[in-house]
Amino acid sequence: MTLVILLVCVAALLVASILGVAMARFRAGSLIVYSMSLAVCTVALVLALVQLLRNAAAPTLVLPLALPWLGAHFRIDALSAFFLVVVNLGAAAASLYALGYGAHEQAPHRVLPFYPAFLAGLNLVVIADDAFSFLLCWEFMSLMSWALVMAHHRDANNRRAGYIYLVMASFGTFALMLAFGLLAGPAGSYTFEVMRTGQHGPLIAALILTLALFGAGSKAGLVPLHVWLPLAHPAAPSHVSALMSGVMTKVAVYAFIRIVLDLLGAPSWWSSMVILALAGITTVAGVLYALMQHDLKRLLAYHTVENIGIVFIGVGLAIGFQTNAMPTAAALALTAALFHVFNHSLFKSLLFFGAGAVLNATGERDMEHLGGLIHRMPYVAFTFLIGCAAISALPPLNGFVSEWLTFQAILLSPTVGEWGLKMLVPGVGAVLALSAALAAACFVKAYGVTFLGRPRTPLATRAKEADRFSLSAMFLLAALCVLAGIFPGFVIDALAPVSQALIGSRMPVQATDPWLSIIPIAASRSSYDALLVFVFIGLASFLTAMAIHRFASHAFRRSAAWDCGTPDPSPSTQYSATSFAQPIRRVYGALAFQAREQVEMPPPGDPRPAVLRVSLRDLVWDWFYAPIEGAVAATAGRLNQFQFLTIRKYLSLVFGLLIILLLVLAIWL
Amino acid sequence: MPNLAFDTAHLLAGGLVLISFMLLYQDRLTSLLNVYALHALVLALSVAWQAHLQNAPHLYVTAGLALGFKAIIIPVALRRIIERLGIHREIETVVGIGPTMLAGMALVGLSMVVMLRVTAAATPIARQDLAFALAVVLLGLLMMVTRRNAVSQVVGFMSLENGLNLAATGARGMPLVVEISVAFSILIAFIVIGIFLFRIRERFDTVDIGALDQARGEHR
Repeated sequence: MTLVILLVCVAALLVASILGVAMARFRAGSLIVYSMSLAVCTVALVLALVQLLRNAAAPTLVLPLALPWLGAHFRIDALSAFFLVVVNLGAAAASLYALGYGAHEQAPHRVLPFYPAFLAGLNLVVIADDAFSFLLCWEFMSLMSWALVMAHHRDANNRRAGYIYLVMASFGTFALMLAFGLLAGPAGSYTFEVMRTGQHGPLIAALILTLALFGAGSKAGLVPLHVWLPLAHPAAPSHVSALMSGVMTKVAVYAFIRIVLDLLGAPSWWSSMVILALAGITTVAGVLYALMQHDLKRLLAYHTVENIGIVFIGVGLAIGFQTNAMPTAAALALTAALFHVFNHSLFKSLLFFGAGAVLNATGERDMEHLGGLIHRMPYVAFTFLIGCAAISALPPLNGFVSEWLTFQAILLSPTVGEWGLKMLVPGVGAVLALSAALAAACFVKAYGVTFLGRPRTPLATRAKEADRFSLSAMFLLAALCVLAGIFPGFVIDALAPVSQALIGSRMPVQATDPWLSIIPIAASRSSYDALLVFVFIGLASFLTAMAIHRFASHAFRRSAAWDCGTPDPSPSTQYSATSFAQPIRRVYGALAFQAREQVEMPPPGDPRPAVLRVSLRDLVWDWFYAPIEGAVAATAGRLNQFQFLTIRKYLSLVFGLLIILLLVLAIWL
Repeated sequence: MPNLAFDTAHLLAGGLVLISFMLLYQDRLTSLLNVYALHALVLALSVAWQAHLQNAPHLYVTAGLALGFKAIIIPVALRRIIERLGIHREIETVVGIGPTMLAGMALVGLSMVVMLRVTAAATPIARQDLAFALAVVLLGLLMMVTRRNAVSQVVGFMSLENGLNLAATGARGMPLVVEISVAFSILIAFIVIGIFLFRIRERFDTVDIGALDQARGEHR
């Protein structure tokens, strides 16, 4: 029944998409499409929540669609239900936000038809239960999001982003297709049910894992497959950016977990090392790239790369513990990863909404042109601050809980058997700690430069507060961030069926712990009481404020007027995004980006200003993509000659190939 | 005479290979067409013998088609074309006749080695039929590759098709409908190529296909 209603929801979204085609030219069009999406996603969200919390048997359904002898299989198990919650929560929030934001869209006819279809694709991928439907829905989702990236196609940068995205998405789907082909084996049954029972040799299992890493990793944004992400996510309209960053990358995580933890069967120990190494690199590279950005949406997109790294650290640890027969630890690591998936979908959507509101109010994404928005957009500034604190993993918010749980899992690593893992995991822990600190620095920069200080351009002085729909969506997500941070035990308990199904073990029940604290392993080892921290922070700040007001001196003093640290009246002398990032660029940049700073001093007597040039290179492009591109171009150049042969030479080619094949046959037999 | 059936089939198929070699060393178009007519005649005989052996009356139709179209109509038509074009003397080879013949022998050896190994389970008649047929096909291709003149390329193509026919009748497989449609497609290909020959001639004053390549603006 749940599944039928959910499929009806998907059908309703597709109807909304058709309505979007018909109504795009009218003002009411965006209202109808977005309110329909909101209603449908809310229904789907409630269904998925009920399914996850009730922990009932997984409903299955076979529709006579797609390939005639295969049909389309659907199923909602615990993993699907959890990801349905993530998808539909993000989708509902984005639809609510878009009710206000979408009214300002210049090209609604390029957004409205694809938006509900994209939501439908996201839902379908998660509930698909055979490889064919999965790949079909996956490609549908990719294409719809590509269409949304290309919504503002007149900008050449957006076209380039769309092109790179399309190439990477096709590559990813291709890798997934091969992975499913290997999973199906020579017998070739494409339902997940049969795939689960398959046995694979070590070589095939390694190939499947690699292909899954390529396929899901290119969509999720694992380094070095992340290059499309910071280009494509900012190019889309902001509510779509939020969906792509907050939700679609999570669907990629779902695909990886589904293939590696569910379908592949028992993984080998080295697979966790590969995943952990990649995830560690992704985490620190993502945050370093993010720090160097001064485009607000691109900064957020790079941060998605970092958070995906954190999620994959959890998944890699879960696999590592599982191969060492440590089910409790594996359940902890997996729960941490899934919790972070949930959290990231909340705060990344929130932050993209904030960036969208700023973009809408000022027309600027470049932080260097913003500033002082807290006075003009106080509500947006407040919710954005909560999002920043959450993504920087500050207690008592939700980001802290999931990263803390990941650290708890890392601290269990000395008990694993393999020396490789024993050596690697502490390194990953150090990387995680480093990137958490860098993330905090990055969001101090993002928030400080955008919302604090004085406006740097006239555009920023004319900003207006966002509309009520946008604000309500942002407040909703901010409240959820706080709630999930203060009551993490409930989220952990809700995730228990997922790890029970995948790992065969679960974290201890948290709801019964005293004072709503969470105890991942044992009370003697570690515990965290978010409510206590929350109350303490609240009380401490309240008492401090009280004390200052109570005991501060009322006596008159005479001194120079306070200049807020900027003695020069020009706003351009303020601390800028680039200057904030300079120390970190100097420490890590020379190695990671080949950052070069160059000061051009005019000769004495020349009135021109001195210029500081900073050049950054993306080494992934230089080392990974440039050789591939070069090789493809060179091969194409060579093959191009074959376009201009004479008829007789073409015939000779065919003849020669035939003779060679016959010779091979003659020698072979 | 228990082996008469096999020996006759062997003789006719082997004769086809031999005539393919004769096609390779002709240096005048008129004699090339005569040899091609002989090629088609031997094919018709071979198919008729297979029809007799297999008790398959529809193969007589195939033999009749081969005799009518390939041994009479097409050679006569081609002869009229070259008379009208006035090119009955020219055959321009890319490689000399000698090396071509040597390559042809190697190809026959290759097709024997491959086919006799692959078809170890089939009947002897089918085996040698298939082996000779592959040899004829390869020799036809060789002829197409080593000739510059469009008419001799057409003849190479037709002899290649004769090889296919031989294989199909030997394998007891090809239904009459397929056979007729193949025959018609060959005829249509022949007509199209004939028309093109005239057009090429009108445009370039020669039927050397090198002129076509120069017209495409390419360099060899």
